[in-house]
Amino acid sequence: MKKNTALYVGCGLLLFIVFCAIFAPLISPHDPYVQDLTNRTVPPFWYEKGSWVHPLGTDQLGRDYLSRLIYGARISLLIGLSVAVISGLIGTTMGMLAGYFGGRIDMIVSFMVTTRLSLPVILVALATVALVGGSLWVVIMVLGLLKWDRFAVVMRSATQQVRSMEYVSAAQSAGASTLRIMLTEVLPNVLPHLIVIATLEAASAILLEAALSFLGLGVQPPLPSWGLMISEAKSYMFFSFWLIAIPGTALALLIFSINLAGDGLHQLLTPGERA
Amino acid sequence: MVTDEIVLDVKNLTVDISTPRGTLHVVRDISLQVKRGETLCIVGESGCGKSITSLSLMGLLPKTATRSSHVFEFLGEDLSRASKSRINDLRGNRMAMIFQEPMTALNPAYTIGDQLTEHYRHHLKASAQDARLRAVELLEKVGIASAAERLGQYPHQLSGGLRQRVMIAMALMCGPELLIADEPSTALDVTIQAQILRLLADLQEELGIAMVLITHDLGVVARIADRVAVMYAGQIVEEGTAEAIFAAPQHPYTRGLISCIPIPGKTVPGGKLGTIPGVVPSLIGEMKGCAFQDRCEYAQARCSETIPLHQTSQGQQWRCIMNETHQSGAAQ
Amino acid sequence: MLAYITKRLGLAVLVALTVSILAFMLLYLSGDPALAIAGEGARQVDIDMVRKTYGFDQPIIVQFGNWLLKVVQGDLGQSIYFKTEVGTLIFTKLQTTMLLAVYSLAFALIISVPLGVLAAIYKNSWIDRLCLGVAVVGQAMPNFFFALILIMLFSITWRMLPVSGSGTWQHFVMPSIALGYYAAPAFMRLIRAGMIEVLSADYIRTARAKGLPTSSVVFKHALRNAIVPVVALAAVQLGFLLGGSVVIETIFALDGLGYLAYQSIIQKDFPVTQVIVLLLSVIYILLTLASDVANAWLDPRIRVA
Repeated sequence: MKKNTALYVGCGLLLFIVFCAIFAPLISPHDPYVQDLTNRTVPPFWYEKGSWVHPLGTDQLGRDYLSRLIYGARISLLIGLSVAVISGLIGTTMGMLAGYFGGRIDMIVSFMVTTRLSLPVILVALATVALVGGSLWVVIMVLGLLKWDRFAVVMRSATQQVRSMEYVSAAQSAGASTLRIMLTEVLPNVLPHLIVIATLEAASAILLEAALSFLGLGVQPPLPSWGLMISEAKSYMFFSFWLIAIPGTALALLIFSINLAGDGLHQLLTPGERA
Repeated sequence: MVTDEIVLDVKNLTVDISTPRGTLHVVRDISLQVKRGETLCIVGESGCGKSITSLSLMGLLPKTATRSSHVFEFLGEDLSRASKSRINDLRGNRMAMIFQEPMTALNPAYTIGDQLTEHYRHHLKASAQDARLRAVELLEKVGIASAAERLGQYPHQLSGGLRQRVMIAMALMCGPELLIADEPSTALDVTIQAQILRLLADLQEELGIAMVLITHDLGVVARIADRVAVMYAGQIVEEGTAEAIFAAPQHPYTRGLISCIPIPGKTVPGGKLGTIPGVVPSLIGEMKGCAFQDRCEYAQARCSETIPLHQTSQGQQWRCIMNETHQSGAAQ
Repeated sequence: MLAYITKRLGLAVLVALTVSILAFMLLYLSGDPALAIAGEGARQVDIDMVRKTYGFDQPIIVQFGNWLLKVVQGDLGQSIYFKTEVGTLIFTKLQTTMLLAVYSLAFALIISVPLGVLAAIYKNSWIDRLCLGVAVVGQAMPNFFFALILIMLFSITWRMLPVSGSGTWQHFVMPSIALGYYAAPAFMRLIRAGMIEVLSADYIRTARAKGLPTSSVVFKHALRNAIVPVVALAAVQLGFLLGGSVVIETIFALDGLGYLAYQSIIQKDFPVTQVIVLLLSVIYILLTLASDVANAWLDPRIRVA
C-alpha cells in the first residue's frame, strides 16, 4: 500500500494552523490591535535590531506581527470554512437536482453554471463589496454566493453516476420518496467528491479574500487579514520586506496544506486513481 | 519459394519481465530460423509468449523486460549488441511488423498518406513526390482501389479490412526483408481473414520476403505456413515443416491442438472434438522439465527433468520423451 | 459540423443576454443608485436631479431595455469619473489587457508543456515527482505576493525590469509571469495525463515499429493527440486571465481593463463597471465557443464526418 504522505503532511500542517487559530488568545504574545508608535517596524528576531519581545517584529503602527499573524489565521480559516459551506450547500443542491432528475432541470442548472462561469468573479466581488460596504461577513456572503459552480458541476456528474446504480432503483421500487433517496442513497456515495471539492474551494476562497483585502475591498482595518497586512506593508517594501514576506508565506503554507490534504483525501476516498 | 538464404537466426532467446510479484519468464530459451521466401508460423494459445517473441525481435519490448540470446542475427548482422539507433534504422526499413488491431494501429489525427510516407522519407531520405508515388504503388499492390484518393483520407474513413491492407502496405514501403505479422487476421471478419492471408502469401511470393506469422489458429497455419513452431508456456515444444507437423505431430500438446479442430474428411460427424484439460501454468519462477506435464496424459516421472531435443532427419524437432518409450506414429 | 456551430452559437447568445441583465443589475446592489452617485450627505433635490438625469425614475425593465439597445448599437455610455465616452476609454485599455492575457497564457504553456511531457515520459521517476512538486508549490502561492517578490528581485535588487507603467515590452514581463504561473500547474497535469494515456496507445507502437525517431514519436504522434483537451483549457484560461487581471494590473499600474475596472469601482463609476463586466463576459463566451469549435475541428472524426 502506497503511503499517503500527502494526507499526513497536509492534514498535519492544517491541524497545526487550526490549533494556532483556535488558541490564538493563549499563544499570542501580545494583543494584535495594540499600537505602539515608539516601536514601529521593528524587524524580526533574526535581524540585528530585532529581539524576542516581538519575535516577528512589529508593523508600521507598532503592532506585534506574530500576534497579528496568529489572529490572521482565524480570519483566513473562517473565510475558507464559511464560503465552502455556503457555496457547497448551494452548488451541491443544484448539482444533485440536475444529476438526479436530468431533463429540464439539468438544462436550467447547466445554463446557470455556464452563465456564472462567464462572469469575471473578482470584478463582480469587488463591485459588490464596494457598493454594499466592506466587512468580513459581506466578503463571506459575496464569495459564498459566487463560488458554487464547481460544486454544481462535480456533484452533477457524480450524482448521474450514482443514479444509474442498482441500489437507487432498488430504493425507488421499494417506494422511498425522492428526498429520502437523495439523502440516504445518493449523498453518501457522492460525499468523497464533495469533500475534495470543498477543500479546493476553501483554498480558492482564502486566496480570493486575500486579494480583495489586498485591494482594500475586503476585510477592513484594523482586522489582521493576511491580505490586508500585505497591502498595508506595500509602501514599506523596500526596507522591511519581511512585513510582506511573513503573511505571504503564511498564506502560501495554508493553501499548500489545504491542497495537499485535499489531494490526500482524494487518494484516500477514490482508491485506484493516481493523480 | 523458399531459398537457402537465412534472414533471421535466433538461438536461445530468453525474455524476462520483472513485475511486483516476481520475474515472469515469458520466453524461455527458444530458437528460430527463417529463410528468404519462407513463412514461419508461431502457433500457441494466449499467453504462451508468441507476441512477446515478435516484439523482442523488433526491439519493442517494454522497459521492464530484459532480453538475452546466444545468437540473434538478421541478415548476418549481430543484433544482440546493436545500438538503439541501429535498431531504429532497421525497424520499419529492413524489418517490419504488422499488428493485430487495425482499428487502433493507425493515428487518427493524420492522413493515410502521411502515415504511409513518413518512415519512407525518414529512412530513405526520399522526396515527398517519390514517397507519394511509392505509396500509391503499394496501395494498389495490396488491392486498394482509387489509391491516390485514399492518401488524403483519415483512418476512421476506412473499414477494418482496408486498414489492415494499409498496414501491410505501410510495412512494405521500404522494401523489408523480414515481415513479422502478429495475428494479422484475427480481429477481422471471417470473410476478410481469408483475403488478408491470401494477400500476404501472394506478396511474399512476389517480393521474396521472409515472414514470421504469429497465430493461435491452426487453420491459418494450414493455409499459409512453410514451417511451424509450436509454443507453450514460453517454450517451443515442437518445430518442423507444416506437412510434417500436421501429418505426424510428435509432442502431446501439438497432438492435442490438432485434435481440437475439425478437419473436413477426417473428423467423424457427431464425434467429439478433443480438448486439453487443465490451464496454462504460471510463468513466474523456475520450471523443472516439461511445462506441459501437468496436462499431459502421457506424463511420467522423468518429465520433471530437463527434456532433451529430439529430431528427425527432415528437420522436425520436439521436446518430449514420450516417443522413447511409446513408438506411436501419426495421431490421426 | 455546421449544425454543431449553430447550436453552440444560440446558447452563447442566450448566456450573453443573461449576463447583460446581471451586469445591469449590479447597479442596484447598494439599494438606491441615485443615492450612491450623489454621495452621502447630498440634499434631496440633488438626489432627485441625479435620478432624473440617469433615468432611475423609470421602470427597471425600461432602463435595462434602453441600456441594452444602446450597447448593441455601440453607444456604451458616458463615464462619470473620467468624463469621456466609455467606448473610447475601454478600447485602448482592452488592447493592453489582451496583450497581458496572451503573454501570460504563453508563459504558462511554455513552462507547462515541456514539464508535462517530461513527467509523462519519465512517469513515477524523480523527474515526475519534481514536476508535480513544482506544480503544487505554484498553486499555493497567492499571485499578488508572487508579484511583489518579483518586483523585489527584478526591479529593486537586480534593476532589470521596470516596476510600473505599460510603455515597452519589458513592462509586460513581470506581470505576465505573475499572472500566468498560476495557470501552469493545471496545464501540466492535463498534458501529463493526456500523454501517459496516448503513449500507451497502439498507434504509438506502430510509429515505433516504423523506426521513426523518438522526437517524431513524442511530438508528432503523441503530443498531437494529447494536446486536444489543452486547447479547450487554454481558451477557458484565457477568459479567466482576462477577468482576473485586476490585481496584477493594479500592482504594476499596467494601464489595462482590469486597472480601469478597479478605478471605476472605487469611484462608483457605474457605466464603466457595467460595460467592463459585460465585455469580459462576452469575450469569455466567445472564447469558449471558439474553443468548442476548435476542439471539434481538431478531431478529424468530427470534422470530416
